[in-house]
Amino acid sequence: MKRWSFWIAFAAATLLIAGVVSYFASSSPDGLDSATLQGCEITETADGEQLTGDCIAQHAAEHPLATSPLADYAIGGQDGTGGIAGIIGVVVTVVIAGGAFWLIAHGGRAGETSPSRRAGDDKQT
Amino acid sequence: MVVNTVAMHMSDGIVNAPTSVVFLVIAAVAIGICAVKARNELDERTVPLAGLVAAFIFAVQMVNFPILPGVSGHLLGGALAAILVGPYTGGLCIAIVLIVQALLFADGGITALGTNITNMSIVGVAAAYATAVALYAIARRRSPNVPVAGLGVIAFIAALIGTVCASMAFVVEYAIGGAGATSLGAVAAYMLGTHALIGIGEGLITAVTVMAVVRARPDLVYLMRRARTEVPA
Repeated sequence: MKRWSFWIAFAAATLLIAGVVSYFASSSPDGLDSATLQGCEITETADGEQLTGDCIAQHAAEHPLATSPLADYAIGGQDGTGGIAGIIGVVVTVVIAGGAFWLIAHGGRAGETSPSRRAGDDKQT
Repeated sequence: MVVNTVAMHMSDGIVNAPTSVVFLVIAAVAIGICAVKARNELDERTVPLAGLVAAFIFAVQMVNFPILPGVSGHLLGGALAAILVGPYTGGLCIAIVLIVQALLFADGGITALGTNITNMSIVGVAAAYATAVALYAIARRRSPNVPVAGLGVIAFIAALIGTVCASMAFVVEYAIGGAGATSLGAVAAYMLGTHALIGIGEGLITAVTVMAVVRARPDLVYLMRRARTEVPA
């Protein structure tokens, strides 16, 4: 395997999952959500879905950022934009996580030029 | 009230404010510890892997899979992150995903970040990692070179256990300060049942991903790197 092919394949798989496979996701509530909905019935009304009965989900507050541009994995609430929102999320996550991990690896080690090394880790492929 | 069933994580308000604050403090302390300890897990080659693992978990969490009629599940990612990049870096990966989801995608509450991080990036990661380390040690005693399929089995079991433990952490939070009249026993039984099934999906995704990385770049996999640096007992 060429040196870069692993990284390219990993990144491509990540973008494909967020951008394409995500359209095939189940829209049913997940295990946690359905636990909080036990005891309630969801009825469709003109204003959206209403909960009737007695359940944990009735105590859930609306998200303070519910009207933000990428809320609910859509661009401005538009249907069919989940894949683009997902790709934006992947890029934001890799930048934040990569930046944080780079800082952790390089930070606070005055006088050392490279992050910690362990026996057996020096062999570059 | 109007509900939104897109959310994947705990919303604000389903545990009370004092409980949320306690878990925000627990999560903040844990993230601080992870940030210090992750330094020993990270080097030039594993920083990019850790960044990609976080992004991969974000992507896969979007893909809910059906587990029962009308009920789905999604990857939590604790086992995957811990096996590939280490428990402390892995905990940070999941926490970063949860923070991005809450702040950018309005998925998972803001005051609920403490409980969500506790469940998935502390309890889920710790339980999965402890399981993976124990099983890997047993496997290496039988044969020092654990086959790829063996690592797949270890990843599957670690992921299943991590998922169930994370769901039980929610039950503990609900017991401490949950809102709503649903009995604790009913919540516990429902969470256990659904997350045993979600854990099978989590296990399959984790096993397939870990095996793919082990085949391509075994030198990067934390669980195997860690064992190589240890003197066998």
